[in-house]
Amino acid sequence: MNELLRRLLFLPPQASTLARDIDGLHYFVIISTMLGALLVTVVGGWFLIRYRRAYVDAHPDEYDVQARPPLWMKIAAVGSLFLLFVIWWSIGIRQYLELRVAPEGALEIYVTAKQWMWKFAYPGAARTISVLYVPAGRPVKLILTSRDVIHSFYVPDFRIKQDAIPGRYTTEWFEARSPGVYEVLCTEYCGTGHSMMRGRVVALDPGDFDRWLGGADLETPLAELPPQQYDPPWVVGQTARAPEVDPVVIGERVAETQGCVRCHSIDGTPHIGPTWAGLWGSVVPLASGDTVIADGAYLTESIMDPMAKLHRGFPPLMPSYLGKIRPAEVAAILAFIQSLRDVEAQPAPPPATRDGGAP
Amino acid sequence: MSTRRLAEQFEDLAKQDHAARLAMWIFLASEILLFAALFALYTSYRAMYPDEFARAAAHNNLAIGTINTFILITSSATVALALWAVRGGLQRLAGWLLIFSIGCGLLFLVLKGVEYGQHFRAGIYPGAGYRSAELTGQGVVLFFTLYFLITGLHAFHVVVGLAVLCWMTAGSLRGRFGPDEHVRFELGTLYWHLVDIVWIFVWPLLYLLHR
Amino acid sequence: MTEQSRHREDIEAGDLFADVPPPPPPDYLRDGRGIRSWLLTTDHKRIALMFYAVIVAMLALGGIFALLLRTELLTPDQTIMTAPVYNRMFTLHGVTMVFLFMIPSIPATFGNFVLPIMLGAKDLAFPRLNLASFYVYLLGTGVTLAAMVWGGVDTGWTFYPPYSTSTESSVFPVVVGIFIVGVSSMMTAINFIVTTHTLRAKGMNWFRLPLFVWAMYATSVIILLATPVIGLSLGLVGADRLYHFGIFDARFGGDPVLFQHLFWFYSHPAVYIMILPAMGVISELVSTFSRKPPSSYDAIAMSSLGIAFVGFFGWGHHMFVAGMSELDAGIFGGLSMFVAIFSAIKVFTWTATLYRGRVAFNTPMLYFFWFLFLFTFGGMTGVAVATQSLDVHWHDTYFVVAHFHFIMVGGTITAFLGAAHYWFPKMFGRLYSERMGLLTSVSVFFGFLFTFVPQFLLGNAGMPRRYYSYPARFQWLNVVSTGGAYLLAGALLLTLINLLCALKWGRRAGPNPWGSHGYEWMTRAIPIKHNFETPPVITRGPYDYHLPEEMPHVDPQAR
Repeated sequence: MNELLRRLLFLPPQASTLARDIDGLHYFVIISTMLGALLVTVVGGWFLIRYRRAYVDAHPDEYDVQARPPLWMKIAAVGSLFLLFVIWWSIGIRQYLELRVAPEGALEIYVTAKQWMWKFAYPGAARTISVLYVPAGRPVKLILTSRDVIHSFYVPDFRIKQDAIPGRYTTEWFEARSPGVYEVLCTEYCGTGHSMMRGRVVALDPGDFDRWLGGADLETPLAELPPQQYDPPWVVGQTARAPEVDPVVIGERVAETQGCVRCHSIDGTPHIGPTWAGLWGSVVPLASGDTVIADGAYLTESIMDPMAKLHRGFPPLMPSYLGKIRPAEVAAILAFIQSLRDVEAQPAPPPATRDGGAP
Repeated sequence: MSTRRLAEQFEDLAKQDHAARLAMWIFLASEILLFAALFALYTSYRAMYPDEFARAAAHNNLAIGTINTFILITSSATVALALWAVRGGLQRLAGWLLIFSIGCGLLFLVLKGVEYGQHFRAGIYPGAGYRSAELTGQGVVLFFTLYFLITGLHAFHVVVGLAVLCWMTAGSLRGRFGPDEHVRFELGTLYWHLVDIVWIFVWPLLYLLHR
Repeated sequence: MTEQSRHREDIEAGDLFADVPPPPPPDYLRDGRGIRSWLLTTDHKRIALMFYAVIVAMLALGGIFALLLRTELLTPDQTIMTAPVYNRMFTLHGVTMVFLFMIPSIPATFGNFVLPIMLGAKDLAFPRLNLASFYVYLLGTGVTLAAMVWGGVDTGWTFYPPYSTSTESSVFPVVVGIFIVGVSSMMTAINFIVTTHTLRAKGMNWFRLPLFVWAMYATSVIILLATPVIGLSLGLVGADRLYHFGIFDARFGGDPVLFQHLFWFYSHPAVYIMILPAMGVISELVSTFSRKPPSSYDAIAMSSLGIAFVGFFGWGHHMFVAGMSELDAGIFGGLSMFVAIFSAIKVFTWTATLYRGRVAFNTPMLYFFWFLFLFTFGGMTGVAVATQSLDVHWHDTYFVVAHFHFIMVGGTITAFLGAAHYWFPKMFGRLYSERMGLLTSVSVFFGFLFTFVPQFLLGNAGMPRRYYSYPARFQWLNVVSTGGAYLLAGALLLTLINLLCALKWGRRAGPNPWGSHGYEWMTRAIPIKHNFETPPVITRGPYDYHLPEEMPHVDPQAR
């Protein structure tokens, strides 16, 4: 029954502990809404047909200009509707309290939203971007804030949503029922990239989560994940695969998980940040007017402190990855960028580049 | 005695006057709501930053604020007297009373300007422009932003009110009003009283509540 | 009866009582010729027609934006426009539909036209203010549209800071334009309230007011109480962009959620500004076509005032996921339900009015029938989204989009179309084609269902609103919705063509083609400039269908 109604109403899977109860109220509310509207419509439609003018004119005693429903019927109609609403309200507010008040001992994770990505900070030093790792079967409390405008952290499968507001800390909590990958959507309009501000919650087996948090290799838990339920457009290629040893391949994957490729294209198409195609070794015009050769030192500096030497013509949007990325991952990304040095699709560089002289 | 043309949709003058007064009162109520939104903001932020609001309010020049209150109430009184004069047929007296009120209004604006000048010299500007070093804190900046918004909006109403008073003065001196012809005059005085009433709420919020 | 023969009768009747036959005054459409006589008119009926033309143009404009949006959403990624264009487009759609079409729609057109006639007045209390409100509206519309075309605004019609204070687009002029339009609706509201108080005909006490007048009165009260607050809050956003006041900016200690409180304190009642006039229209339609008084006049009149009152206390349900305390959520959720109770009282009363009536089935009545279903369903989903735990899932998804389109399109636009057909003979003295009317009405309904029912399901599935691109699993529902939108647009276009044709070729209508007892039908087929030749004296209520047909409402011999 639950499964049938869930599919009929197009509700997503019930992946959190509270989702099932909330959906129960959902079914009740929607079915009573439909029945109520249908009842009014059917009664109204019946009157339209039953008392149509042609018929009533042939049967004049059907017409009673003073006819009105008896008082008890009015009271019953309004009263039962009121009762229905009170039931909705009392179940709704109880569930709302459950949704809002996290259980004691929940794992606390800080979420910072910015245009247009989610950043997660875990107990200890671990940081991720766009992908939230959580243990399944354990309550997780998110403490949200925003760096710029209002965003909203929405996981349809968990039936949770909470605005991330600059200058304020708001909370929400959930407990994933089983390991899996769940979609994160931003639901508060936040500008050009609003609809691309998506992410994933990866619920791991608690043991795997602890190992991951303790610094185990990022790929190991990913490899054990069930196949993707969705087709998130931010994934370039498959995520679930055997561990790689080639630094270029690892770099490509790190660039995906850290969200780099959502601003930097790898095929030379213009995007929010400078493309990586042909970047390695090229002459980069800086916002300050100087130029610099894009070598490992410059690129590392730009990952850790992006504002220090800003590429001319691009907005100062990139967050610092200092403390959020491991040295081995930086090395992998550099290897990946280096592998793209001969990609030809780069559009003509701005004329200012040439002023800087030949490398 | 000037005669008035009865608008054709009304059956008599009493109804037409009633309609005009009703419309004016409704308009004034909506003006109050304009300020009410600002007062609501003030209340919310005061609840968030009670100490900083108190400190900031204490910094305001209580003397100027109080003198301005006195000036506005006086001008309101003379405007009310002017209405009494018009009803009694003393149009020239009404004109001079109004000129006195206009003088009060201008004095109010001058004092307000002096006060703004003091704030600017102390580096107190609204919002991002705030650069006072001795009086700091986010609540303080919010207080002064609201201060400039509320007093600015009020000053705008004073200017509009002065324009209305000028129109009434010119009418009185030319004898366009009279015992039977005072409804529009009355509506003008109502507007000036609105300016006054709003200030009576502004004064405690911005000058007196500093404890 | 043809125009000429009636004129002849008028003249003959005059001959009996007067030595010199007074020439019959021309109807309002012919009273004064040339463009100047329209642009400078103070006749409420002509002003209403000018509003009508502009407002229908705004509906068309908003509809075109909607079609472009729906077309873009055919595919999960870019279809016909880029993300910045899409974001400007949905803002355009929202601002045009809400501020330029929906809020002035029924009051400024049908309200302006029939309210004074219903009251037995010659005109509104302040005819020049009425004309001014039209030009102020035009100015506001011009400023808003110009700013949106040249600069573009990408904030959505809600203008939430800090996005609205930090975006590159030209928020300030749009905000100014909306402010000006707000001033126009306040002018109309003051006029309506004062007219209702002072210009009622002899014998018309408050409980003989037609229910449409009650609805207009309640609407005007909401407009006057709410508009200054939105004016100020949008003004603050605008000022913030010029001077960086930071009043809602967390960097200066401000609280962006406070803007939402101020905004919804206006904009939630604004929803009732949009739906109350529609309810007024429906009350008139039902009574006329079932030839019965509403089964409870008091219930409908008082529930309008009830909605106007309670509507001011539910705004918080827009912020259940914005960090509101649990207590506030409980209170706001509970208060929101009272609005639904008042609306339900109206729905029950309308339905009960049909019982044992003599129900005529025609285009306005068909629109009433659609309204009954769409409004009841849309209204109950409104209570559903005010149910706190469900709102957490639904907030800012397509479920909410579908819900308010059910109220605004399914409620207000169907009532607007019902009114357009119902009062068409009074406005232009001609009848529209009933067959085409029924056909277009059915297509409007099905176009509507195909557009918005999939959006409910999209919301359930979790598709957020204002999404330019979306995960591919949402696609087929979006395709259905887009198809429905084109059907709806085609149906609306056909409706317009049908009415325009009737304007030129429709059969001439008598003074009271529907056999209504409403006061507005007691004038000549097309009213004269001052509506009545002699000041009417009201001797019975507007819905007294139990009194014999011959008994006049308006007693020309009195006085």
